[in-house]
Amino acid sequence: MANQDSHARRRFMEILLGGGFLASLASFIYPVLRYLVPPAVADLGADEVVAGKAGEIKANGSKIFRFGTRPALLIVTADGEYRALSAICTHLACTVQYRSDLRQVWCACHNGMYDLNGRNVSGPPPRPLEQFQVHVRGEEIIVSRTRGA
Amino acid sequence: MDMSPSRTYLRSLCLLLTVPWTAGLCRAQETDTCVVCHGVLDPPYQVTSEQFSRDIHSQKGLTCAACHGGDPTRTDMDAMSKSAGFRGRIARSQIPALCGSCHSDANSMRKYNPSLRTDQLSQYRTSIHGKRLVQGDSKVAVCTDCHGVHDLRPAADAASNVNPLNIAKTCSRCHANADYMKEYSIPTDQFTKYGTSVHREALNVRGDLSAPTCTTCHGNHGAAPPGVATVQNICSNCHVFQAQLFSKSPHQEAFNAARLPGCVTCHSNHAVLHPGDQNVGTGAEAFCTNCHVAGDAGSVTAKKLHQNLAQLEASIKDSDQVLAKAESSGMEVSGARLELDQARDSLTKARVSVHSFQLGPVEQDIQNGLKVSARTMQAGNEALGEREFRRKGLAISLIFILATMFGLYLLIRQIEHTTNEEQT
Amino acid sequence: MPDVKLIAHIRGWVDERFGLQELAGSLKKKTVPHHKLSYWYFFGGITLFLFGIQVCTGILLLLYYRPSAGEAFESVQYIMTRVQFGWLIRSIHSWAANLMILMVFLHMFSVLFLRAYRKPRELTWISGMILLLLALGFGFSGYLLPWNTLAFFATKVGTEIAGQVPVAGHRMMVFLRGGEDVTGATLTRFFGFHVAVLPGLTTLLILLHLALVQKLGISVPPSVETQWKQNPRIARQMKFFPNFFLREAIAWYLALGVLAAMAAIYPWGLGTKADPFSPAPAGIKPEWYFMFMFQTLKFIPSKVIFIDGEVLGILLFGLAGGIWVLLPFIDNGVRRFGRRIVVGAGVFAVCYIVALTIHGYVAK
Repeated sequence: MANQDSHARRRFMEILLGGGFLASLASFIYPVLRYLVPPAVADLGADEVVAGKAGEIKANGSKIFRFGTRPALLIVTADGEYRALSAICTHLACTVQYRSDLRQVWCACHNGMYDLNGRNVSGPPPRPLEQFQVHVRGEEIIVSRTRGA
Repeated sequence: MDMSPSRTYLRSLCLLLTVPWTAGLCRAQETDTCVVCHGVLDPPYQVTSEQFSRDIHSQKGLTCAACHGGDPTRTDMDAMSKSAGFRGRIARSQIPALCGSCHSDANSMRKYNPSLRTDQLSQYRTSIHGKRLVQGDSKVAVCTDCHGVHDLRPAADAASNVNPLNIAKTCSRCHANADYMKEYSIPTDQFTKYGTSVHREALNVRGDLSAPTCTTCHGNHGAAPPGVATVQNICSNCHVFQAQLFSKSPHQEAFNAARLPGCVTCHSNHAVLHPGDQNVGTGAEAFCTNCHVAGDAGSVTAKKLHQNLAQLEASIKDSDQVLAKAESSGMEVSGARLELDQARDSLTKARVSVHSFQLGPVEQDIQNGLKVSARTMQAGNEALGEREFRRKGLAISLIFILATMFGLYLLIRQIEHTTNEEQT
Repeated sequence: MPDVKLIAHIRGWVDERFGLQELAGSLKKKTVPHHKLSYWYFFGGITLFLFGIQVCTGILLLLYYRPSAGEAFESVQYIMTRVQFGWLIRSIHSWAANLMILMVFLHMFSVLFLRAYRKPRELTWISGMILLLLALGFGFSGYLLPWNTLAFFATKVGTEIAGQVPVAGHRMMVFLRGGEDVTGATLTRFFGFHVAVLPGLTTLLILLHLALVQKLGISVPPSVETQWKQNPRIARQMKFFPNFFLREAIAWYLALGVLAAMAAIYPWGLGTKADPFSPAPAGIKPEWYFMFMFQTLKFIPSKVIFIDGEVLGILLFGLAGGIWVLLPFIDNGVRRFGRRIVVGAGVFAVCYIVALTIHGYVAK
């Protein structure tokens, strides 16, 4: 009788240990395996971002895109040049927009106006908009900013 | 100038003692012997060369004689010769004309700085200060009271009394002095009130030089209070949208008829405090209840406006809390945060469109904001869901770990139990 | 069911070439003294286990981390938010680092109070002290890698202090920083230290340390030794395999559980990206394992006779460290009060470290 008991206990221990060990191992390996697969978005979104595709925006048009954690404005001037500016108004942080009728950047909150270089030309904004660099790489429009080391 | 004998004696003594070693200090572009003596005298006669070197006139090559006359090349009392045009101390009533003798002359100013305006004197003559000065009141401000004298700096210089950052303080020297202003029937609390305003905060605390100070609304040389009927025009220079909406609102006609001073009626002139949603509606701090009685059409609209604003603000706050909770657990919600900023934009816009005093425009902004806020709330909840997933995953793996630990314990017991049995 | 004959066949094949039977034999004979204080023997193994975890999670982090000032912060953010289970790997790495350093200190102090450094184990002690120093080096270099504000300024202050060492200080500081200031060059350099130089040195020293432990056996604390000498019958040894090892396995699993819980419930923060041009935020503190030294420097007056206060502090700690390494030679069984000195120093050190660390966090 004692033998059967101890045999049953031994079985229980074996299942518990074996099962627990394998299961815990699986719970360690599963995340690691998932980790090894690179995510869909490889871009870090720090100092450089793909703002759009060439031809996506018409002349004298614009697009709001995301640059890191902030909104930014990509403008195609009437001459076909690209400009990229921070879209955060320097007055009270509303999101600005490009006015194709005025050919200037406008903030709807308090009528702030900026020229295409981001300089604050009228209204309450106290400082210009931050400017970014635009490069066209093949089909992609890359917007970047330089940072100090 | 009357001079007591002791003074004369003192002057001569000073000359004897100081000329030898101060002569070397003389660095004026032209010989300027005036500061040699006046630098060591006591106030009110004291003008040190160090002080005068900070003066913009001195830096441009002008000497004491340019205003006071006399001959700066001669030493001791000869410098102050009447024949050389010495004028001594200029009477207050004469000061504007003296300054204007150069500053109103475009030909003269062109030699130094062609872009400087030359209408200060004519503007001054239209001001309250200018008019009263002509009537014989010498207590009013003249050029030197604000601009300083002998160490006069241009307005762009941060240390200048007429730099935008310092103007309010300069005006307050008289206008906040109740004693000095006793005989005039105007209040003396403007500076204190301005000190509590958002304008002062913007200017002196945030350093926003576009914020108004006394001269922005009152004018600087042509200083006078803007009239009740026209003060709205002044506010509308910066607050364009609010003024446009207001002028199209039912309030414009009503205010005109009641001769109310436009924006100032609700927002005050000097103590322009930071407005909040509590100022709209029927609550204790609402401006609306100053005129509207409970139950009238305006009061009903006001209440609804307040409710709209409060609703969006509460929605944004809730979303913000959810996002903050998600963030503090290490979740990625930067995209949602960005979107929530747009909801805040809508709230800002709604607070402007309130000045139409109609539900339509305000409700439009509010609805836009609520839509965005709902989306971000959803994103935040999804992030919290991820947090729950992690904790569930943790719980499961902890169960396995504990099972293994317990299993190991049993194994040890089993091995040692049998070994013990074997030993005994 | 696995084919028993196949396993036996493979075992034989490997044994012919590696001599596994011999190795297994010697391992089977390995024992651990079994007495009331045996639990303290766990700390060395746990430290090794945590080091293993650091190597594994570290290698995984290497797959996504970018060691340049322009991308370091963003890459860690990427790992935390976009990589599947990246948050888990990174948080485990950060928590295990702190846990490992705690274990290293506990291991060192337990060896000290159980006097396991006595002859013939002096070299084991010295190699252990070097390993402790390397662990601190790992902590210091790794802390900078996310390139956030706190880390940037903590590194600035830390290397500044290193630069105060007389004679060689400035050169040391420039060597550490890769220049006069903390810049992207510092980051690259620290990265090199953290993933190549330090792991290499640590591996060599661990091998030495373990080889010595294997050769010399596990030390028995003096109090137990005397008991056993008096009464040889109560002397017990526990087999390393499987008994002691199974117990250690429980401890290791416990550590895993703790790490998983910390990572899931208290994920390691990211902070804000370092901006070398903005002023230092108020209240910069080093990591807790440097806190006691940092606080000490604050207490020393700025000038003591003619020596600069900070320099004095550094010299004192250097002296203390030097003495610590030489403890086995102070308590060498020959000197009269050697044991008392060492135990006294140990008690003082523990109290001092704990008190000043707490003070560092509690004081305004």
